Amino acid sequence: LVFTEEDKYGLYSNLLFKYFLAEGIVCGHDLFVASAKEHPDSILKELPAPLLDDTYGKELEDEAAAIKSGDFQDSMKIAWRYQNLPKMETTPTTYTRFGHYYDVSKKMSPELCQSIKWHSFYLHEELSSEPKTKTCNMNSAYAKLLQSIQRIISQEGFDGSDPQKKQRNVLRIGIQSLGSILWGDDICCSDTPEDTHSLTKFLYVLRGLLRKSLSACIITVPAHLIQNKAIMERVTNLSDMVVGLESFIGSERETNPLYKDYHGLVHVHQIPRLNSLICDVSDTKDLAFRLKRKLFTIERLHLPPDLSDTVSRASKQDLAESAKLLSSGCGAMAIGKKHLDF
Amino acid sequence: QGKFTLLRDTRTDGSFLVHHFLSFYLRAGCKVCFVALLQSFSHYSIVAQKLGVSLAAAKERGQLVFLEGLKSCLDLLFGEEEQPGQPSPLQFLSGSTSDLRALFDFVRVSLTPADGDSWKGPVLLVDDLGVLLSLGASPVAVLDFIHYCRVSVCCQLKGNVVVLVHSNEDSEDEENELVVNSLCHHSNLILWAEGLATGFCKDVHGQIKIIKRLSLEQAGEQDLVQIYQYKIQDRNVTFFARGLSAAVL
Repeated sequence: LVFTEEDKYGLYSNLLFKYFLAEGIVCGHDLFVASAKEHPDSILKELPAPLLDDTYGKELEDEAAAIKSGDFQDSMKIAWRYQNLPKMETTPTTYTRFGHYYDVSKKMSPELCQSIKWHSFYLHEELSSEPKTKTCNMNSAYAKLLQSIQRIISQEGFDGSDPQKKQRNVLRIGIQSLGSILWGDDICCSDTPEDTHSLTKFLYVLRGLLRKSLSACIITVPAHLIQNKAIMERVTNLSDMVVGLESFIGSERETNPLYKDYHGLVHVHQIPRLNSLICDVSDTKDLAFRLKRKLFTIERLHLPPDLSDTVSRASKQDLAESAKLLSSGCGAMAIGKKHLDF
Repeated sequence: QGKFTLLRDTRTDGSFLVHHFLSFYLRAGCKVCFVALLQSFSHYSIVAQKLGVSLAAAKERGQLVFLEGLKSCLDLLFGEEEQPGQPSPLQFLSGSTSDLRALFDFVRVSLTPADGDSWKGPVLLVDDLGVLLSLGASPVAVLDFIHYCRVSVCCQLKGNVVVLVHSNEDSEDEENELVVNSLCHHSNLILWAEGLATGFCKDVHGQIKIIKRLSLEQAGEQDLVQIYQYKIQDRNVTFFARGLSAAVL
C-alpha cells in the first residue's frame, strides 16, 4: 500500500499517480482507478507514453551526465516498490531494467490503453446507489469504494478464488485525492472532524484486501490540508510505504539558489518491511525531483558547487539552514532532530 | 510467570521484538495466542521460518492460536451473516458494541487449558495495540481489554502478556499516548526500541532500553535501566554496548 502525500497544488503527485497506472498498462496488469475529482476515463487518456529502449538511450547522451545511472535505478526503485502476496514481484523478463521510463510530453496511445482490462470508480456516478454491505460507521463514499474493489477482486479472481483461471494477473489500484472534501470526509477542513476514524478504517480494510489478493495500490492524499496530525500518524502506521512530495512552487525555496535545479523534494517517510526482519534502506535520505521537458526524475539532492567569490553572511545562513534540513532526513529507521555542530 | 511485558518503539520499527518473542515462546513450549492486527499470517510465518520456527506446524498441533486481524475484518464486512454461537472477535467494528469484550472472550477461550493440553504456561502476544484505536475503539475500551487480559492471563492462568505499541515524543495522537503511558505504569518489563537521536545510521539501527520495573514488585526499589544498541540482520539481531558497534571497532 503506497501512500503518497500530495504536494500543495497536486501537480507532481498527479504525475506520480499516472506513472503508476502507465506502468500497469505496459506490464499488462489490470487497472482499477477511483477518483472523486475527475472522471477515470479522462485520467486514463492523460497517461504518459512509454519510452522505447533506443529513444531513451539517446536522451541519456543528450543530458549532462550529472546523474549516475545507478542512482537513477535506486531512486526509481524506491518510488516503484510495492508489495503483493508472493510470486508477483518479478519484472517481465523482456525488460532488463526495473520498470519502464515514460515521456511526459506524449500521451499513451489509445490502443495500448485498450490492451488491458480496466475498471473505474467515479464517485459522483456511484452516489445514487446505496451500499449493500455493512458500513461499520464508515463514510459511505469509502464504504462504496471498498465494496467496489472487493467485488472486482473476487469477480476477476485476483484473490485466487477461481482455481480454473490459469493466468494470474496483478491488479493495480489507484485512488486519487482520498480524504479530500470531495469524498465527503471533513478531515481536510476542520481541526476536529466529525468522524476521525473513517479514513483509518478504510485503510485497514483496504490493507486486508490487498494482502488477500494479487494487488497493489497507490493512494494520493492532500496531506497538507489535514489539520489533525494524529490521523496522519495512524495512517502512516497502517501503510506499507509512505512518500511525501513537497514542491517548491509558491514557497520561499523556489528562489533559493540551492534548489534551483529541482522542482521539489521527495520525503520517504516509511519503507515496507514485509516478510523479513530488515527492510531495504538506501544510503541516502535526501531526494529531490524535477520535471524536465520529457522526463520526471527523482535524484539524490546535492548542493550545487559554491562558486561565488564573496560569500555574504546572508547566503551562509541559508546554507546552514539547508544543511540542517538535509541532515534531518526522514526514514523508517530514525529521524535526527539534533544538528551536530563541529 | 505472570508478567506483563510492554514493547514500545519510537521513531523506528520495533516489530523485530514481536518476531523474537513469538519464536521464543513457541520454542519454549508455551501455548501462544497471537492477536496479529497489522500483518498477514504469511508475513509472520516467513520471518519465523528464518528464526527457525514453523508457525503452520505450531498451529496444527494446537500450540498457536492465530487471530489474523486483517482477515477477520474482511470476513466481518464482506462475509455472510455470522452464526450466533461464534461472534467475530472484532465485533466492535460493526458498531453494535463499543467495547472489546468479544476480543477478550476470544483470548480467554484460546488460552484456557483444555483437557490433554501439556503446554507450559499460556502467553498472549498483541501486534499492535494502536491499530485498535485507529479502528475506532476508545482508549478506555482498549485499556479495559488489556486489564481483563492481565487478570485472566497473568493472574488466573499464570501466563505472560506481551504487547507492542508505538509512541512518539511530539506525537499529537493523544489517545495513543494515553494508552501507552498507562501501560508503562503497569508493566513489569519495558523494552523500548528507539531510533538514534543523531539520525539514521547504516550500522546501528537503533538503541533499546530495557527497563525492569522492580519498583512495582517491591516498595522502595528502583527500576533497573539498561541501554544497548542493535543492528538488525536478515536472520537475527545483534546487540552491543553503546558506541561499540562492529563498524566502529
